[in-house]
Amino acid sequence: MTTPEEQEPVDTGLVRPYVITNGREPPEDDRFSMITLVTVSDEEPPRLLDPEMRKLWDLCSGGFLSVAEVAGHLRLPVGVVRVLLTDLAEQGRLITRAAPPPAELVDREILEEVLYGLQARFG
Amino acid sequence: MGSKLASDNSTYVSEDVQKAAKILVVGHFAVGKTTLIGTLSEIAPLRTEETMTQAGSHIDDLKGVRGKTTTTVAMDFGRLTLSEKLVLYIFGTPGQQRFLQVWEDMSRGALGALILVDPERLEESFPVIDLVEQYGLEYAIAVNQFDDHRQHPAEELREALDLLPHTPVVTCDARDRKSSANALITLVRYLLNRHP
Repeated sequence: MTTPEEQEPVDTGLVRPYVITNGREPPEDDRFSMITLVTVSDEEPPRLLDPEMRKLWDLCSGGFLSVAEVAGHLRLPVGVVRVLLTDLAEQGRLITRAAPPPAELVDREILEEVLYGLQARFG
Repeated sequence: MGSKLASDNSTYVSEDVQKAAKILVVGHFAVGKTTLIGTLSEIAPLRTEETMTQAGSHIDDLKGVRGKTTTTVAMDFGRLTLSEKLVLYIFGTPGQQRFLQVWEDMSRGALGALILVDPERLEESFPVIDLVEQYGLEYAIAVNQFDDHRQHPAEELREALDLLPHTPVVTCDARDRKSSANALITLVRYLLNRHP
């Protein structure tokens, strides 16, 4: 009785996540939230990339995507994507945008923009 | 930054977008979260996986994790570009207590939650509502009302779910774009009222 809706444990494929990240843990801070938008810098990709990093680079070189979208397109766990993005950031090859403010307070201005946007789109 | 490519390709967020916001669509299994997200999203819904570690006493070296077991939870999400500068992500989020760790991540920075409710299985929504409240998220109730179901008056549901008087209850059909959008708009309007 499994519908696409259900969030049962899924198989992450042949390679265990910790192998891809060499056992490293995702960063603790909020640098890469699910909705932080990321892209890679314009330069040539570094040589000798791991297969996952190569795929991530190819995907991200096309424009901005949220961290969640990167994970979704690459079919990698979000934690793994965060580790890979941290690597790129440390090499100065990552451009981020729209990271949410650290405060958990919801911004009234954003709410207004969301409301107007939804009304304009669906009204 | 490959701007030409990006603007031609709907996969990517528009080059001018500066802000991203997040709303959670929460509910029990098979309540229609994925349907609603698919109805509203401008991209084919994507799925993310998050790995949760659970403290355990045994050592499992095969997994490379000592004293922990890991479970993976999958979440579907969609995207809506709301203006030149703003995109909204809607994340289907499981309402089970056992996915608590994921909630830390999902609730952070979320504007609020739309709790999708099946009127025929109301009791399954109780723990979902508890969880959303536990994380301090403001929410609205969207009753996923398929037309073949009998009608459930909002007041009856409000009482059954033990809602506060100001919590919005809206009926929607997750398969219908306008109806689903209306539920989302109801939530955001409510959130605005809560942030004077």
